Amino acid sequence: MSVGAGLATGAWRRYRAGRQRRVSPLLIISAAVIVAATFVAIAGPLLAPYNPDLPNLSQYFVGSTPDHLLGYDAQGRDVLSRLLVGARTSMIGPLGVTLICMTLGALLAVTAAWRGGAYDAVISSGLDIVFAFPGILLAVLASAVFGAGLVAPVLALSVAYTPYVARVLRGAALRERAQPYIAALEVQGASATAICMRHLIPNMLHLIIAQATTLFGYAMVDLAAISYLGLGIQPPAADWGVMVSENQQGIIQGFATPSLAAGLCIVVVVVAFNILGERLYERGEARR
Amino acid sequence: MNRGVVFRGGAPLLEVDNLSVRLAVEGSMRAVLHDVSLAIRPGEALGLVGESGSGKSMTARAIDRLLPPGAAVTGSIRFGGRDVMTLSGADLKRFRGEVAMIFQDPRAHTNPVRRIGDFMTEALRTNAGVPMDEAARRAVALLKSVGIEDGERRLRQYPHELSGGLLQRVMIATALLTQPRLLLADEPTTALDVTTQAEVLAILDNLRSELRLAMLFITHNLELAAAICDRTVVMYAGQVVEVRESSKLHDQPLHPYTAALAAARPSIDATAHRLTAITGRPLSAFEAPAEACAFTARCPHAADVCRQRRPALVELDGGLTRCARATELFGRLKVELHA
Amino acid sequence: MPEPVLQVDGLRKEYGSLVAVDGVGFTVPEGGSLAIVGESGSGKTTVAKMIVGLERPSGGTIRACGRDRSTPARSARDRRRRGREVQIVFQDPYTSLDPRQTMEQAIDEVLRMHHGWPPKRRKERISQLADLVGLDARQTRALPRVLSGGQRQRVAIARALAAEPRVLILDESVAALDVSIQAQVLNLLADIRDETAISFVVISHDLAVVRQLTEQIVVMWRGKLVERGETAEVLDHPQEDYTKLLRASVPRPGWKPERRISVAAG
Repeated sequence: MSVGAGLATGAWRRYRAGRQRRVSPLLIISAAVIVAATFVAIAGPLLAPYNPDLPNLSQYFVGSTPDHLLGYDAQGRDVLSRLLVGARTSMIGPLGVTLICMTLGALLAVTAAWRGGAYDAVISSGLDIVFAFPGILLAVLASAVFGAGLVAPVLALSVAYTPYVARVLRGAALRERAQPYIAALEVQGASATAICMRHLIPNMLHLIIAQATTLFGYAMVDLAAISYLGLGIQPPAADWGVMVSENQQGIIQGFATPSLAAGLCIVVVVVAFNILGERLYERGEARR
Repeated sequence: MNRGVVFRGGAPLLEVDNLSVRLAVEGSMRAVLHDVSLAIRPGEALGLVGESGSGKSMTARAIDRLLPPGAAVTGSIRFGGRDVMTLSGADLKRFRGEVAMIFQDPRAHTNPVRRIGDFMTEALRTNAGVPMDEAARRAVALLKSVGIEDGERRLRQYPHELSGGLLQRVMIATALLTQPRLLLADEPTTALDVTTQAEVLAILDNLRSELRLAMLFITHNLELAAAICDRTVVMYAGQVVEVRESSKLHDQPLHPYTAALAAARPSIDATAHRLTAITGRPLSAFEAPAEACAFTARCPHAADVCRQRRPALVELDGGLTRCARATELFGRLKVELHA
Repeated sequence: MPEPVLQVDGLRKEYGSLVAVDGVGFTVPEGGSLAIVGESGSGKTTVAKMIVGLERPSGGTIRACGRDRSTPARSARDRRRRGREVQIVFQDPYTSLDPRQTMEQAIDEVLRMHHGWPPKRRKERISQLADLVGLDARQTRALPRVLSGGQRQRVAIARALAAEPRVLILDESVAALDVSIQAQVLNLLADIRDETAISFVVISHDLAVVRQLTEQIVVMWRGKLVERGETAEVLDHPQEDYTKLLRASVPRPGWKPERRISVAAG
């Protein structure tokens, strides 16, 4: 640490930090989208104007009408209702992946960064091996082996994503660990667990949250892809990924709305999560 | 125009007149420099001393046109008679070759993935069109003059392979490659060991007299500036508060802040029971009152006249001082070592 | 003769083939103040880290407050007890405080760790410590990012003192501060020493600071201890070449830097 660095750069630091203060409108919009999506995921069935599962083949791919704003899908079901109800499975899968990954990843990252040495080497190598497997591949494999449904792909994706999360968090944990305030606590006699739980992790929280939001987005895309492929959530369940798949015919026939609407929902939510993650991280960094 | 120009004939190389700078911070404009004036003769070493918020680094950046975008600048900076602020194109390129800057932390200003030879010769190759082998030859010669004997080997190395002191010497050599007329040195030895610092300063001294190179030496260390510079400028809260011949600075400071700064330093020759500490903390330009002397709150000699208006720079005993009570206090501000 | 509060013998630290500390020994008497002076690579910071347990010695012994601490503490109780014997204040005020904790919270945590006091008593102690280091109530409840470098160092000093250690190690603790603030903190440290009979170990490259704060000095160079003695004596009449060089490199009025035969060591 160069002597006197605090003197020369203190003014620059304060100047730079001051520039991040304003809340960007993009952040507010993203947060609003996520809140809306969550609300719909919880209250979907109550909001749906029509029964999402009732087929009505006479209305096959009918376009938008005044009381069916998004029209009917391939089976004559109301698209809007299916979107609202489908939010639940579309969001729950990624939530599961995110929770498992972040917990496992944080645990591995912080213990590896704290202990260092052989322990860190073993964990890092282990993670590197798992890194080699692409998430979708593992998820497909898991679904093939353990059957349809959400559980298999969620677990498989969790395993595949953990190294990614752990690597990023390990880097941050190492940086934080090297800070003098952590050393000061060690000299005070605080235990490793106390320091990690009360100081190390809280100071990485903005990064952890940012990672979680980004991860949610990736998981959502991957799980939708799994459903699209016919694994994971099965039709006739109202899931956005399933909807994209089962309504593909409509695009060729000139009724793109059902398929694209579902796809758009996925894209909008994923982008919102990405933006939120990025902005939260920046704000967290600027606060330090 | 008061710039503390004291002795010897010859036109000044650098003239800064009534420079005021404001920066955009958190949506509003904040003053960082107020009414800064100074002048440097060819071959002269001018020290610029101050604490945090004094504006010393900002002054150097303003001179070298390195202010952040959105900065509001009034006043003038003239180098070799030309207005620096309006330079562009080929003129600006030439200016960059004539004014070199070295910084406190060489590692923050070098690209770790480029070899030393690369960035050393860059200015020569791109701005002056010198071919690579000729540029390399000059680089090796200059490395030798800063005490690095195996120049060819060093040119092939990367910055991380060199120690701090060695890298700083490389930066000095790099700065001198374009044969500048003025060197802006911003705390160049602060991050170095004191023995390395002595070495690097000796090298700078030799080179300067060989090349008749003028230097603006920025530091927080009053003793250092006074020891190696002909004249010293003391800054506080974005203003120049004293300009003085270095030899007289310690024994006959003109401004209470200079005296207080010198007295606040512990002495290597004697132990004081307690140091004469200045109360409060150094102010930045935007915190300074507009209608009073910036140092009033901390000054042991503050009087009513100090609180009425911002004092102007006045000449006294061959130097300049921004103190309303300067003539009264002259001779009574000698540094007291023992509290 | 009462036992010294800190005693180091033959201390050694190796990193692979690099010997960072080579056979260093010294004692600090109760209420005394020792300086460890050296430049980068001298090993002085490594010595400090070994004394507080942040590094493990490769050889030699360290005794503090009559107990051996050459090997890492084996229990949580041991670790905390050592925290009550020797404390440290680091150099950089910008990273030595948890950015999410106010001074009040930081010191409360330390007090809870070491003493089973009720909240009221802890609050009183925090208030006392704040007074001792010259901070007001508003500053004790502020987050570090609104405090200046000097104020943060005061918080760091208060936190170290909260454990009521008998030895305080100051690792370049004033090096990153403005000159006028440095003077305030040096005076504060002298006051603390007068009021609490605490012993100091001052790690510094700045000979003037060392002269101001200490009575004894050891000079380190490349891991070895090259000279020791009374601070004033060693600074006024250095015996060893390196100490002479160090002394001669300090700028003062009339000083002219001299070139030595350059060693282009990488």
